[in-house]
Amino acid sequence: MIPLETIKAQIEQAVPGARIEIVRNDSPSAQHSLLLGNEHALAVAKFTRDDPHLRLDYCSNATGIDWPDAVLKEKVKIKKVVDGTEKEVEEIVEKKRQGFLEAVYHLYSMELKHGPLIIRMRTGNRTDKAHLPSLTPIWRGAEFQEREIYDLYGIIFDGHADLRRILMWDGFQDYPMRKDYVEPDDYEYEPTPHDEVLEKTQKHYAQETKS
Amino acid sequence: MDEGLRSELSKQGIFTTTLEEIYNWGRKNSVWPLQFGLACCAIEMIASTMARYDLARFGAEIFRPSPRQADLMIVAGTVTKKMAPQVVRLYNQMPEPKYVIAMGACAISGGPFKQGYNVLKGIDRYIPVDVHIPGCPPRPEALIHSFMTLQKRIDEQRLSGNGRPRHLDPDAPSEFPVPQFGEHDLEPTKNLSVWKPPTLVRHG
Ligand code: SF4
Repeated sequence: MIPLETIKAQIEQAVPGARIEIVRNDSPSAQHSLLLGNEHALAVAKFTRDDPHLRLDYCSNATGIDWPDAVLKEKVKIKKVVDGTEKEVEEIVEKKRQGFLEAVYHLYSMELKHGPLIIRMRTGNRTDKAHLPSLTPIWRGAEFQEREIYDLYGIIFDGHADLRRILMWDGFQDYPMRKDYVEPDDYEYEPTPHDEVLEKTQKHYAQETKS
Repeated sequence: MDEGLRSELSKQGIFTTTLEEIYNWGRKNSVWPLQFGLACCAIEMIASTMARYDLARFGAEIFRPSPRQADLMIVAGTVTKKMAPQVVRLYNQMPEPKYVIAMGACAISGGPFKQGYNVLKGIDRYIPVDVHIPGCPPRPEALIHSFMTLQKRIDEQRLSGNGRPRHLDPDAPSEFPVPQFGEHDLEPTKNLSVWKPPTLVRHG
């Protein structure tokens, strides 16, 4: 596979104005990915599919990620004057991160036998700006997978021809794969509860004895 | 009828029976299952019907693709909440007398998916189950055993009085309410007239 930096440069040349950021993955798998800006994502996707050096004609997997609101702690080195002398001090800075939803696509090329190229897109937030451009027009195989992401995470794919729930029923209100999903309380019978389940059953029984 | 007289007659080549016996004999030896499967357990159910295990020996080789012609529903596999109303509806469409075998951990309790949000924690929450078989999946022998258990239970049923089969009791229901898709879960989540949560005493 061509290095990610090269791909990024190629895309930026082909799609003027495209916002692209490399998201590094420092784990042993070292699968770095490209974070695409939503406005140009469709054009970028089209380029990666049609460019003769990339020819990423196969979208093997599309999935979602939920990033809830969080407080991130970061170590920052700050120069401070302590007792008259300037010193470098490490300080922990807390940053608030607004939650968002993310869609991740794994792309391969059947023709050139390379891959994967991993691309990501992020929504503005988890509630009213949960929109992303659909990549189904580029890779037809993403159709059901985008429906699944919509079903389980609640990302709305603009430009998807048939965006309906696929696993849960129409009329279901929740998004079960979100971190803050509250599952229905049906713990009235648990023969051998333990750990989390034990907590859930106990809550259930406490409610039952109250009512 | 006197047992001695009866065996005496049978030695002479005269076969006597009671209406109840022959009725139950007929019922138990031609239990036609409904042809449907829900998950991996169904593969095991299919295996039981083939040559090696040969469910046909028990009069159940004919799997009917229509609920109107079936006597037995083998709930073989995971019942998701999306599927549960259809399973209940199929059960309602079967004519009496009808029986249910809940096959496998999923069908009897939700099994490996019990903590999941989308799996029904036992089909017995909506329809009356005659035989439960544990296992993930149960072996064909277990299915055959459940079959023989069912046959035994049919054989033991009296045709009148208390405990008579449901189809001979005009007051007994033969259809059960189909749960509706709700906003967060099935509504209702259980049918309390067929299933009562076991009361467990818990400490701590
Ligand atoms: S009980 Fe096990 S084998 Fe049977 S449907 Fe469930 S998971 Fe599959």
